[in-house]
Amino acid sequence: MNETFYDVMRRQGITRRSFLKFCSLTAASLGLSPAFAPKIAHAMETKPRIPVLWLHGLECTCCSESFIRSGHPLAKDVILSMLSLDYDDTIMAAAGHNAEAIVDEIVEKYKGNYILAVEGNPPLAEDGMYCIIGGKPFVEQLKYAAESCKAIISWGSCASWGCVQAAKPNPTRATPVHKVPGLANKPIIKVPGCPPIAEVMTAVVAYLLTFDKLPTLDKQGRPQMFYSQRIHDKCYRRPHFDAGQFVEHWDDEAARQGHCLYKMGCKGPTTYNACSTVRWNEGTSFPIQAGHGCIGCSEDGFWDKGSFYERLTDINQFGIEANADAVGGTAAAVVGAGIAAHAGLTALKRAKQSGAEQQ
Amino acid sequence: MNQPASSTQAVYVYEKPVRLWHGLNALGIVALTITGYLIADPLASMGGEASDHFLMGYVRFVHFAAGYLLAIGLLFRLYWAYAGNEHARQIFLPPLLNRNFWQGVGHEILWYALLVKEPRKYTGHNPLALLAMHFAFVWGTLFMIVTGFALYGEGTGRGSWQYALFSSWVLPVFGGSQSLHSWHHLVMWLIVCFVLIHVYVAVREDKLSRQSILSTIATGWRTFKDDKPLDDIH
Repeated sequence: MNETFYDVMRRQGITRRSFLKFCSLTAASLGLSPAFAPKIAHAMETKPRIPVLWLHGLECTCCSESFIRSGHPLAKDVILSMLSLDYDDTIMAAAGHNAEAIVDEIVEKYKGNYILAVEGNPPLAEDGMYCIIGGKPFVEQLKYAAESCKAIISWGSCASWGCVQAAKPNPTRATPVHKVPGLANKPIIKVPGCPPIAEVMTAVVAYLLTFDKLPTLDKQGRPQMFYSQRIHDKCYRRPHFDAGQFVEHWDDEAARQGHCLYKMGCKGPTTYNACSTVRWNEGTSFPIQAGHGCIGCSEDGFWDKGSFYERLTDINQFGIEANADAVGGTAAAVVGAGIAAHAGLTALKRAKQSGAEQQ
Repeated sequence: MNQPASSTQAVYVYEKPVRLWHGLNALGIVALTITGYLIADPLASMGGEASDHFLMGYVRFVHFAAGYLLAIGLLFRLYWAYAGNEHARQIFLPPLLNRNFWQGVGHEILWYALLVKEPRKYTGHNPLALLAMHFAFVWGTLFMIVTGFALYGEGTGRGSWQYALFSSWVLPVFGGSQSLHSWHHLVMWLIVCFVLIHVYVAVREDKLSRQSILSTIATGWRTFKDDKPLDDIH
């Protein structure tokens, strides 16, 4: 039962050469020095494989879709064999009662020793009835699995922040994992994004499994190695921003030249993610490279912050949708008009008074 | 200003450091507002090669440099509130629990509503001005400095003191970078409104009140236009 990662990989028909290649690529993708490759290899040869339980709540499966497209060479095969995907209802072989039995089996057999990966989040309204897994509310399955896990990975913006199903007015009370009341107090790694970048997901799993500890997290619980910089900080269009060269319309010359999308509402300057460095689909491209601004999908509450094409958050408290410029500009105009009127009234009153004094 | 000075003795209200700070602070606010607006809503695009221009870079530089000066200025001003005369403390410590103070506020509102014939007479700020100075200016500026450094720390990055001191806790409080940007922008408009009113009432009071205003911030001396007793709260 105490198979190591290496045993599992060899059993899957992966050669030692490929295994070592994987170790150095993993070290590189985690931003570690080449000296770490043998350490990763050693860890994987000696440490027993940690099973990962992958649960799905209210979600669209984009995280899974992203994950299985990891362009990291071999990650597709190797990570999938590292993860004992005994339970991942999207891609597992088992179905029905057999599948549900696996959850109990893992929880019993690996008590306190498995990773719980959560894709999506539980809706809490109506006792969680808006998301039923195997005849029970998802929130119960989540609490049950979290009780004896080692750590929780919150995949994507749903599990990390709430995402679209938690957008106002959030009729099902969809709640991100770390805010679920009564959830066992376990370390939570947030990997936000809609979906998160495939290589970021595989790297987080690889880090957890090989080093047997959490990667360094920031205050919001995101792995620092991927979420400590904004898209804007490493954007290849940044020189156009500094030069003051902006796309003003989707079809203008600047758009063809690939200038900065800031004025088109690009959220790159306010979004923490690794898209501009790791990129997508085997490093082919990312939204800004494709000519559309970043929509800030890895930020908390990005659905509730107004248009994808405006950089200022809408202020809905004023009844109509407004933003800081509309509210502030109107206030300044009203104050200006008020001053003019007040000055006029003052002058009028003075004139009257001096007229009265003269009489 | 051109009224005959009363025989009541003139009072030295604004010491030189306060006057100097007032001037630099005003310049700083003008520079910050203009460059800040241009950062949120940049000028028309530059043509040609990116390597030929650095327009946003310069605009942002002016904003950050002026921001530093504003922050250092406020720190100095706080020190001077301690080291300077009693008027230097006034805008930081309004006597909010004093009944007379609030009566003064009421009277001042009536005065601005053109409902009373004569304003009261003050050596320092009138009570309504003091409220605006304290809540719109002092807290507004402090808000802008804290949020401003938090936004700046996003650029200087993790490991910088700006990030450690400001961004690390301010970002989560506002729920992310975009919301923080929006708040920073909104309070800019509050300060713009404050400046508009501040300049208008300073000119108006200079003409209509019973004490000097504009010359006072230039020379530091408050002169009075009549000999009746003062209404200051001490």
